[in-house]
Amino acid sequence: MSTKIKINSQIFQDSNNIYYPKDETEVSDLIRELYKQDSPTEIIGNNSKSFIGNKTQSANTTSLSKISGIIDYRPEELYIKVKACTPIKEIEQVLSENNQELAFEPIDFGYIKEGKSNKGTIAGYLSCNYAGSRRFKVGSVRDHVLGFKGVNGKGDIIKSGGTVVKNVTGYDLSKLIAGSFGTLVALTEITLKVLPKKDSSKTVIIYPSNFEQIYDFFNKLSSSSSEISGAVFIPEQSKDKDFFTKKNSVFKFNDLKSNVSFIAFRVEGDKISIEEKINNLKKELELNNSDISTLDVYQSEPFWKKVNNLEVFEKTEHNLIRMVIPPANGSKLCKHLENNHNYFVDWCGSLFWIEVNSKKEDKIKDLKKMAKDFGGYLTVIKTSSEYDYGEAIFTVDKVRLIISEKVKQSFDPKRILNPGKMYRGI
Amino acid sequence: MSEIALPKIDSSILNRKSEIVKKLSKLTNIENVLSEADELRPYETDALSVYTQTPLAVVLPENTEEVSEILKFCHSENIKVVPRGAGTGLSGGALPLQDAILLGLGKFNKILEIDYENKCVVTQPGVTNLGITHAVQHKGFYYAPDPSSQLACSIGGNVAENSGGVHSLKYGTTTNNILGVQMVMMDGTICRFGGKSFDQEGYDLMGLICGSEGLLGVVTEVTVKILKTPEVVRAALIGFPSIKEGGDAASEIISSGIVPAGMEIMDKALIEATDNFSKAGYPRDAELLLIVELDGTVSEVNELLKKVEAICKKNNCSSLKLSNSEKERLSFWAGRKAAFPACGAMAPDYYCMDGSIPRGKLAEALLEIKKLSEKYELPVANCFHAGDGNLHPLIMFDGNDKEQLRKTEEFGSEILKTCVRLGGVITGEHGVGIEKRELMCEMFNDNDIQQQLSIKKSLDEKNLLNPGKVYPILRKCAEEGRVHVHKNKDKFPDLPRF
Repeated sequence: MSTKIKINSQIFQDSNNIYYPKDETEVSDLIRELYKQDSPTEIIGNNSKSFIGNKTQSANTTSLSKISGIIDYRPEELYIKVKACTPIKEIEQVLSENNQELAFEPIDFGYIKEGKSNKGTIAGYLSCNYAGSRRFKVGSVRDHVLGFKGVNGKGDIIKSGGTVVKNVTGYDLSKLIAGSFGTLVALTEITLKVLPKKDSSKTVIIYPSNFEQIYDFFNKLSSSSSEISGAVFIPEQSKDKDFFTKKNSVFKFNDLKSNVSFIAFRVEGDKISIEEKINNLKKELELNNSDISTLDVYQSEPFWKKVNNLEVFEKTEHNLIRMVIPPANGSKLCKHLENNHNYFVDWCGSLFWIEVNSKKEDKIKDLKKMAKDFGGYLTVIKTSSEYDYGEAIFTVDKVRLIISEKVKQSFDPKRILNPGKMYRGI
Repeated sequence: MSEIALPKIDSSILNRKSEIVKKLSKLTNIENVLSEADELRPYETDALSVYTQTPLAVVLPENTEEVSEILKFCHSENIKVVPRGAGTGLSGGALPLQDAILLGLGKFNKILEIDYENKCVVTQPGVTNLGITHAVQHKGFYYAPDPSSQLACSIGGNVAENSGGVHSLKYGTTTNNILGVQMVMMDGTICRFGGKSFDQEGYDLMGLICGSEGLLGVVTEVTVKILKTPEVVRAALIGFPSIKEGGDAASEIISSGIVPAGMEIMDKALIEATDNFSKAGYPRDAELLLIVELDGTVSEVNELLKKVEAICKKNNCSSLKLSNSEKERLSFWAGRKAAFPACGAMAPDYYCMDGSIPRGKLAEALLEIKKLSEKYELPVANCFHAGDGNLHPLIMFDGNDKEQLRKTEEFGSEILKTCVRLGGVITGEHGVGIEKRELMCEMFNDNDIQQQLSIKKSLDEKNLLNPGKVYPILRKCAEEGRVHVHKNKDKFPDLPRF
């Protein structure tokens, strides 16, 4: 591992020797210099999600946090162009003033990290590509990126995409950058598609009696013309008293029995069509009014915030796993998890957040095997302090690893940017 | 016009033709290898028929393993390979090369699995776009991206081009509607990206492959997402007395928070041309015609139509009709869907351009195109996917008049440069192919192009897979052709072109 190298430039460094380039040119100068000197760097934004991924094998740290600010927001064109490390909260604020939003519903990882909100920057969020509850309807973060600018591992400023939704000019590098954990480019500018906020929302709560019924409901919900924009299953988990208490307090709403297992699904739109859709869905799911409860907009909105803040796992000290599988295998996974691990299910049956309360990594290994067998994958989002990285925190097969190495090589031949953050050698 | 720089021909490959054909015949059934002149002729061009080239041979493998063996062989022998789906592409992406094998995926024509529980279809790449919808529509599902050629274009080609369609504002293009692909790399490696679950972890290699125009790998299986058919679909047909008022109404519909399933604009020249051609009953006094389509539940659609109506009235629309039946809705679209043949009936030839612009720049773009039309003394009609900013100007000319042909090329090139100047791009949905290759430097600088070429090199080191496409060979901004249709003889005359 190379030692810290004095960079011949005026780029600001704080007392911890972290570089703070102030613009794209300084990022380019810095990386070009590091490239010449074969000296890798960790890339950080506001450090809100730096706990996700492996520890970077690098001598330097570069913070892009000064590259922040809105460049161009065109509500009528449905896009916003921002400097890469603009805080998500700032973007959400300005969009909200025009009744628009980031439809992929950013997850607030601040709660699992430190028990309070810290959504971090858009560059960090794009680098992880973890969309919230609305994903199965509107797509992931990668589906909302229209273009970007950034600096590759040689120090070259590159761009891809633009501000228009229909664009097939050249390779779609925006997709590749999403979920690349800063290992391909240091982002400096991002253009996002934005969408109108829905007028209102309501959330319907169902109390299913068994796992087959849960997935029967999920299947009917995702097969309906009356579109929903969120569907979660929160299990009872009464055997773990701490989790049971936490869950009951997080989901404490007037119209919700949180001490038993429940499914919650969200319907958004104007008030008339919300009622129409809920009525249609009640018929399709064969639900009586006595079987369900409904959260009005004042309860519905905070409910989904709590889901997307992962508040049931607030400040968790255990391993927190994010597993995505095809929904048809979901009930089998639920059965396995029941009273083994604390968990909940999002994305209408596809996304599992699982807390693995174990010092041994065997259980993660078992879950990873299960994820692969089911046709999905898992990521250890947060590791416990005992985690020794014996089991890789990402899921990858041999062929994809080889191709990923080649792609990495094409952007960053000397492995200057976040080396080892995702896979060893990448 | 039909002259275009292609990669240097490797004469040693031409000399070894019979040996290569013999070897290929061992890698797949002998009847799947075509090498005689009359057998090769149908493969000489795709839907950009102004460019033709006979390939060295055509091979039509039947399964992924055969594709892998063929590519492995070509890789070791340094033989270039041009992949081809249904050949409906409008930018020359499947144009053969004299010293290359044309790898046709036409025999990959089966749907492998319909999985309603996971809301997806696993299919071979040669199945048509519409074929997927046909397979699931009896259960009330459909596949959302709807390129105008959907009757004939293959899903593998859709992946290569990241095809869109009228409904892409609301439902996205191909990249937003596929879950996984199986692909063979140039060295024969078979790989799988994604599957039936959302958002593969790690580098989004599926996202990279989608829209890569056959330069990075040959797709042999695709898993697509299927959606539930909306409960109701209705459309509004609105005339405006000026381009500005119509353009403003379209912008206001979007900024008011409505996301239409489709939103199309036609200018006066096209209103007249299509109305003459298809007797669609369009308001001929209008300077601009707007079609807005909304889908969802009954009350949702009715509510949105009310809002659209109010916005259009506020912007001084001169006529407004709402569809009250499926028949009426389709009649609104009849003229629009006949836009291309209608232009073909007005002049011996037409060029279809494909640029994207920010929605709000429509009036400016149309004005600029009008000025250029006067400058070049060539008539032009414009249609515009107003929802997503995709502009298709149709330049009418006589190809037998060399001077007109030259002027048309210049005119077209200036239009695309105007799109870039207004904040748009040179291709919204047709792809770069060979057609707009030399215009890439209007959008990208050396660093950008070098980065893309590095990716290509990392996955196809010898540059054997579809070389000469997408990236400029001579690195100069020459002015090349657009979709050229002579005497209304489109290579696929039955396909509606939007």
